[in-house]
Amino acid sequence: MTSPERLPVVPPVAPTTPRLVTSTAAIVEVTDLGKSFGGLMALDGVSTSFGVARITAVVGPNAAGKSTLIKTILGLVRPDRGRIIVNGHVVTQDWDYRRGIGYMPQAGHFPENLTGREVLSMLKHLRGSSAELDEELLDAFALRPELGKQVRTLSGGTRQKLNAVIAFLFRPALLILDEPTAGLDPVASGIIKDKILRCRESGTSVVLTSHIMSEIEELADSVVFLLEGRIQFDGPRLELQRLTGHQSLERAIAALMQGGAS
Amino acid sequence: MKSTGKILRYQLRDVIRGRWILVYTLVFLLMTDVLFRFGGSGERVVLSLMNVVLLLVPLVSIIFGTMYLYHAREFIVLLLAQPVDRTSLFLGLYGGMAIPLAGSYAVGVGLPFLWHAGGGGGGGSALGVLLLTGVLLTCAFTALAFLVAVLFEDRAKGFGAAVLVWLLAAVVYDGVILIVVTSLWRYPLERPLLVLTMLNPIDLGRVFLLLQFDIAALMGYTGAVFSRFFGSAVGKGLALTVLVAWSVVPLLVGLRRFRMKDF
Amino acid sequence: MNRAVIWSVWLGLVTPFTGGTAQEIVVQKGTSVATLSAALRRAHPGDHIVVRPGIYYEPTIVIDVPVTIEGDSGAVFDGRDAEDVLLVTADSVTIRGLTIRHVATSYIDDRAAIKFQEVTGCVAEYNRIEDAFFGIYLAKSTDCIIRHNVAIGRKTTKTKSGNAIHLWNSRDVLVEDNTVSGHRDGIYFEFVTGAMVRRNVSTDNLRYGLHFMFSHQCEYWDNVFARNGSGVAVMYTKGVTMVGNRFEDNWGSAAFGLLLKEINDSRVEDNIFRSNSVAIHAEGSNRLTVKGNEFIANGWAVKIMANSIDNEFTRNRFVGNAFDVATNSRSSSSRFSENYWSAYRGYDLDRDGYGDVPFRPVRLFALLVEQYPPAIILMRSAFVDMIDLAERVMPILTPETLVDEHPLMEWPQ
Repeated sequence: MTSPERLPVVPPVAPTTPRLVTSTAAIVEVTDLGKSFGGLMALDGVSTSFGVARITAVVGPNAAGKSTLIKTILGLVRPDRGRIIVNGHVVTQDWDYRRGIGYMPQAGHFPENLTGREVLSMLKHLRGSSAELDEELLDAFALRPELGKQVRTLSGGTRQKLNAVIAFLFRPALLILDEPTAGLDPVASGIIKDKILRCRESGTSVVLTSHIMSEIEELADSVVFLLEGRIQFDGPRLELQRLTGHQSLERAIAALMQGGAS
Repeated sequence: MKSTGKILRYQLRDVIRGRWILVYTLVFLLMTDVLFRFGGSGERVVLSLMNVVLLLVPLVSIIFGTMYLYHAREFIVLLLAQPVDRTSLFLGLYGGMAIPLAGSYAVGVGLPFLWHAGGGGGGGSALGVLLLTGVLLTCAFTALAFLVAVLFEDRAKGFGAAVLVWLLAAVVYDGVILIVVTSLWRYPLERPLLVLTMLNPIDLGRVFLLLQFDIAALMGYTGAVFSRFFGSAVGKGLALTVLVAWSVVPLLVGLRRFRMKDF
Repeated sequence: MNRAVIWSVWLGLVTPFTGGTAQEIVVQKGTSVATLSAALRRAHPGDHIVVRPGIYYEPTIVIDVPVTIEGDSGAVFDGRDAEDVLLVTADSVTIRGLTIRHVATSYIDDRAAIKFQEVTGCVAEYNRIEDAFFGIYLAKSTDCIIRHNVAIGRKTTKTKSGNAIHLWNSRDVLVEDNTVSGHRDGIYFEFVTGAMVRRNVSTDNLRYGLHFMFSHQCEYWDNVFARNGSGVAVMYTKGVTMVGNRFEDNWGSAAFGLLLKEINDSRVEDNIFRSNSVAIHAEGSNRLTVKGNEFIANGWAVKIMANSIDNEFTRNRFVGNAFDVATNSRSSSSRFSENYWSAYRGYDLDRDGYGDVPFRPVRLFALLVEQYPPAIILMRSAFVDMIDLAERVMPILTPETLVDEHPLMEWPQ
């Protein structure tokens, strides 16, 4: 078993990046979250918070509980215990808090016989928001000519771009991005990463998962490291690198995993 | 449930554009048309269609219903991450499946009756009962499909369960009735049989349809008892209620599970 | 056809005799002979009485001299004041061209429009009978002819109506070209022998189109029996010949095209059975020859109970029946051969016109329903179709002997 004492769980601290000058307020607060699937502990007493206008990366090996954590925040998975507060709303049966969340699942699946435009307008209808939409990515990806085609004729990459567009479309206060660059070419990856950074500049909070450490190094202010449903590290990215004594995040994480596994 | 209509609108569009729903319509269209061409009166065509309808409609509804829900799973997750309540979503999805299926069936069977000018006497009311039965069976087995898909996370298991449910209702159940009849024939069986028939939507549809035709005269004393029951307002009301309940109950149980489910 | 020939010869002998020394008496309103009863009082054997148009109300007219009574068109006898309208007690009476109507129902005696009581050589022809309890009634009479009559009953209830043509304890009677409807039974025979019944149309009667008991050696050719409440039922008789008749649209839970109860040594040939709930139901009937018949769109074409033995079904045509053959036992001594079955799915490799695979006309479901009637509720169930198919492939429950070894591939036109 892991001993939580081996590495200190660091509470969120002051911004480490000089660009970030804003508050320590949290957009998501998670307290003692627990969830098991048929006896298998996916989350075991997870408490953390995601700062406003910060980019937090949730990392960990497969089946560490990353998806479960994200899905409980989205209300897709019901926790056995614990409490989640998003933007001041306690997540229970209430669903209206999701108005402030933009979600990008790992892969974009849409009704095959609808056109891209119809998918977008369906979501607009559901949101019912009259606010101005953020269609920047639509142009950046040069996606407009594809919108008239039915989804089943679109390539995997195009669907993934559409997937990204949807997440940013409604200018949410919180972005939850599950492997945002997976399946995208380097150009598109660059576009999306720039977009994430720009969003943070304008005050959007971002939670993302990724397997690509360089990407996290490039983007994340904070890192939450999960292993077997427990938090092994929670703090500024640079703090993690400093604590483990590794320059690269990749090695820092590896050290964390070995430490946790032994 | 305020988003139900919005979801329904787009799901309908998606399903109706699908190729298989067109095939489903064409199958009924061709079958009905051919039956007319091979010299059937309206009533005879209804009688011939009856067997196919009672087998095919539940099978297609439950198979397509389950597959559809499994197929839409990722998109459902995306929708659930939007400010939408689960009840709206579930009902929207159900409507998006049941309405095109029922409509496609009704068009496929109904149109040939129109252009063959009703095929002459008696077909009208029998056709009405056939259409109503088919539509209600579609609703019931789509509801069962949704229940199965919600209960079974694993697609292969869900698919197996769907076929099993169909097999139970369409075939095995009647085997059980036959065993009951042959082993308890010394007792008056009409009332228990009536109850047994009411409990299975396919049997209920079959018997109710049979009683619309002359063929009911072949059914002897048992037929007479059934005929009297289903001929009464109470009987008709009860039959209709049970058929509708076969849509409502599985749908509500499915909805309950859907609301509690982890995605 | 022999019997028909004999009848023609007999007619040829009788006619000149009755016409020979005829004195003609005219019945006309407002004359001295204003009623048929009055005419009969002055009639001698062999006289010819002509009834002029008019509606005659008379008490029961007893015809006790051998005369011919012929009505002009419009000569109507109304039974308002009578019991039987015409009661014939003399031999060799001919009644022709009369219209007789309104014979009251009686629960005590069988009142008829024309009743022949213990006579021989009687003829009733070209009469029209409306709204009568019984129509033409023969008791203990022989060598009579009943032809070209029309009897339209009042179609009330079975207990309130009698039979259109009723024969009791009579023999050698020709009944032909009559049209009867709306009575209890269209044609009713009890203890009749040697009758020839042909080209009659008996429809829409409340009970049976044709009903006979203990009436041996009678023949029924080219009749139509349709839409009768219970079809045709014949019982306790041997030596029946039924050829070329049509049994149609006798549909209902207790209706039969032809119900055979204890009918022995008889022939049922070249008939057409169409749209009957049960075309032929045979119980306790033995040594029947059922040949060349067509069974089309019936509920059951042939229901043959196990107490019927040694029956022969050959070269019949079975098309579109819900059940071709049903029986209530595994053992059956009836033989089926060279029939045409629309349900037959076999093939004829050697091109001899007969299917190479035997046909089993008894569906397992038909057997189940015979033994457990409530099982009928499974009619048209997919399950039933499956067990039928299984049984057809590997028969274990249906009668082994009930097989058509040489099913016809095509029905010869």
